Amino acid sequence: MSAESKKVLYGLYNDEEELKNAVKTARQSHLDIMDVYSPFPVHGLDPILGLRESRLHILGFVYGATGALFGFLFMSWALAKDWPILFGGKPYWPVPSFIPITFEMTVLFAAWGMTITFYTICGMWPGVKAKILDNRISDDKFCIAFDVTETEQRSMSQLKDFFKKTGAVEVHEKTL
Amino acid sequence: MSHPVAPVRHVLIEGNKSYHQISEDLSVPTERAPSREWILAFSIASAFTALYVFAVVWTIWKGIGEWGANRTINWAWDITNFVWWIGIGHAGTLISAILLLFRQRWRTGVNRAAEAMTIFAVICAGQFPLIHMGRLWLAFFIFPFPNTRGPLWVNFNSPLLWDVFAISTYFSVSVLFWYTGLVPDLATVRDRAIGFRKKMYEIFSFGWTGSAKHWQRWESLSLILAGLSTPLVLSVHTIVSFDFATSVIPGWHTTIFPPYFVAGAIFSGFAMVQTLMVITRKVLKLEEYITINHIDSMNKVIVLTGTIVGVAYLTELFIAWYSGYIYEQFAFYNRVFGVYWWSYFGMMFCNVVSPQLFWSRRIRRSIWWTFFLSIVVNIGMWFERFVIIATTLARDYLPSSWSYYRPTWVEISIFTGTIGLFFFLFMIFTRLAPVVAIAEVKAILKVAGDQYIGPKAQKRAHQQVEQVTEKQQEKL
Repeated sequence: MSAESKKVLYGLYNDEEELKNAVKTARQSHLDIMDVYSPFPVHGLDPILGLRESRLHILGFVYGATGALFGFLFMSWALAKDWPILFGGKPYWPVPSFIPITFEMTVLFAAWGMTITFYTICGMWPGVKAKILDNRISDDKFCIAFDVTETEQRSMSQLKDFFKKTGAVEVHEKTL
Repeated sequence: MSHPVAPVRHVLIEGNKSYHQISEDLSVPTERAPSREWILAFSIASAFTALYVFAVVWTIWKGIGEWGANRTINWAWDITNFVWWIGIGHAGTLISAILLLFRQRWRTGVNRAAEAMTIFAVICAGQFPLIHMGRLWLAFFIFPFPNTRGPLWVNFNSPLLWDVFAISTYFSVSVLFWYTGLVPDLATVRDRAIGFRKKMYEIFSFGWTGSAKHWQRWESLSLILAGLSTPLVLSVHTIVSFDFATSVIPGWHTTIFPPYFVAGAIFSGFAMVQTLMVITRKVLKLEEYITINHIDSMNKVIVLTGTIVGVAYLTELFIAWYSGYIYEQFAFYNRVFGVYWWSYFGMMFCNVVSPQLFWSRRIRRSIWWTFFLSIVVNIGMWFERFVIIATTLARDYLPSSWSYYRPTWVEISIFTGTIGLFFFLFMIFTRLAPVVAIAEVKAILKVAGDQYIGPKAQKRAHQQVEQVTEKQQEKL
C-alpha cells in the first residue's frame, strides 16, 4: 500500500445478505472493489469477492516443523553430544523422553510464528493508526469501498447508481 | 422473518437483539463508572492480593521453613495449589479450542471470559513451583541457557522440566489465542470511545479495520490456534500428572494418571467458569448472552467429567487391590482410612456424589444450585490433589519417618491470596475489555437469536401467517 492519500467512495449496508448481493452485482458489472469491511466475519463472502484462501496455515506447518526439529535436535545435541550424562541407566540419547518437549516446541513455534505473521501481513501492530472509513463498521454497518482517486465524474455517478440500486443506506466520500 | 431452523438448536441470544444492541450491551460495562458492588468486591480482592504479596515476601525472606512442609511431606499445600490452579486453567482453552473444533455455538457466550480466566489461573499456578524452589532469584536455572557451568544443560528426561516447557508454552499460546480474538472487539470499543480512552484502545486494537481479507486470515488463524491448543491443553495436564506418575512412590506410580488428571482438570475448570459466569452475568447484566442454556450445557460437561473422575477413583482402588503388591495396597488403604481419611471422603463426596445431582434438568438449569455445586466441586478438586500429595507422602517406606502435615499461616495466606489475585485480575479485565466476544456473538445471531429460532420466533411466525390470512379473508 502506498503512503499517499487515497480518495475513497464507500457505501454502508444494514445487513450481511444485502452486502453479499451487492458484492455479487459489483463483480458482475466489473466494478473494481477496493475492500469490504464488516463487524464480523461474513461467511460465504470470500468466494463472491474473489478472495483466495489464506495461506497462513501452510506457514503454520512450516513453523511447527521448524520448532519440532529445533527442539529435538537441540536436546539430542545437549544430552548426547555436548555433555553426555547417564540418567538412571538410560541411554545417552533417550528419544522417548524427548517427545513431550518436542511437541511443546512444535506448538510454541507454530503459534507464535503464525500470530506474528498474521499481524505483519495485515499491517497491524500496537500504535498503528487504523484507516477507518466509518466508526459504525465495527458496530452494525457493512461497507463496500471503491478507490476513486483517479476516477472520472462519469464513473463516479455509475458507482453512486450502483450503491443506490443495491440498497446502500448511506454513501460517502472520504480521503484516507 | 424466521428461517427454517432445526428445532434441536437452542436459543443462545435472547431479547430480540440487533447488531447495534449487541455492541451496546457488551461494550457498556467497560464504559460506565464502576458500580458500588464492583468497588467493594475489588477492594476485597485487592486486600487478599496484598496478603498474598506479604506472605510470598515473608517466605522468600525467611525461607521455606516457614511452611508446614517437612522432610517426609515435602510437597504439600504448595504443589496441591499448583495442580489445582493449573486444572482450573484448562477450561478456557477447552471451551475456546475444542468446542470451536466441534462447532458448538454456545461457546461464544463464555469463551472470552473463560480464556481470560485460564490465563489468570495459570498466573496463579505458576507462582507455586517457583516459590517452592526456595531461591526464587535462581528460578531461571530451569531453562536450558548457555551458562558458565560447562555449559551444563538441564535434564531433558525429567517430567518436572517437561512441565516447565508445557506450562510456559500453554501460557503464551493461551495469551496469543485470547488476545487475537479480542482485537476486533477492542476495535469496537475504540470506535465508540472518545479522548484518552480512544487513544488507549487505538494502541490495544493494533489498527484493526474489519477488512474482509483480515477477517479471513483471522478466522484461519483462530482455527489453527484452536487445532494446536487442543492437543496442547491435553498435554499440559498429562505432563503435570507425569510429575507423579513417573516417580516410584506407591499411589503415584499409576498409568491411569494422565486421563484422570485431564478429566479432573476439565471438571474443575468448568466449575470455576460456572462460579465466575453466574456472578458476571448478574453483575454486568449479561443474562441475555450467557443464558440458562449455556449454564445447562456446562453443567452437562461437569456431570460427564465428574463421573469420569469417579470411575478413575474406583479403578485406582481396584487396581491397587488386584496388583497384589502390598505397598500399593497399603498406600490406597491409607488413602481411604489413614490419617487424612476426611480429605478422601470430602473428595469422594464433592467430586463424585454431588455432581450427580446435575442429572436432574431442574437442578442443571437452576442458578443457585449451579453456583453452589460449582463451589463444592472446586473444594472437592482441591481435596483430590491434597489426597494424592499429602496422604501418599505422609506414610512412606520407613515407618520411623512417618509424619503429619499441617499448614502454617504463611501457606494459608499464599493460597487465599492467589484466589484474591485471580479475582483482582479478572475484575480489572471486566473493566478493560468486553467479557463476551462481540464479533462472535454477532456472527451467530441469525442462527441462535430468539427472533430467528425457538418458541418466540415460532410464535411471531404464526402471528405473521395469521395476519396474512386475515388480510386475505378480508379481501375475499
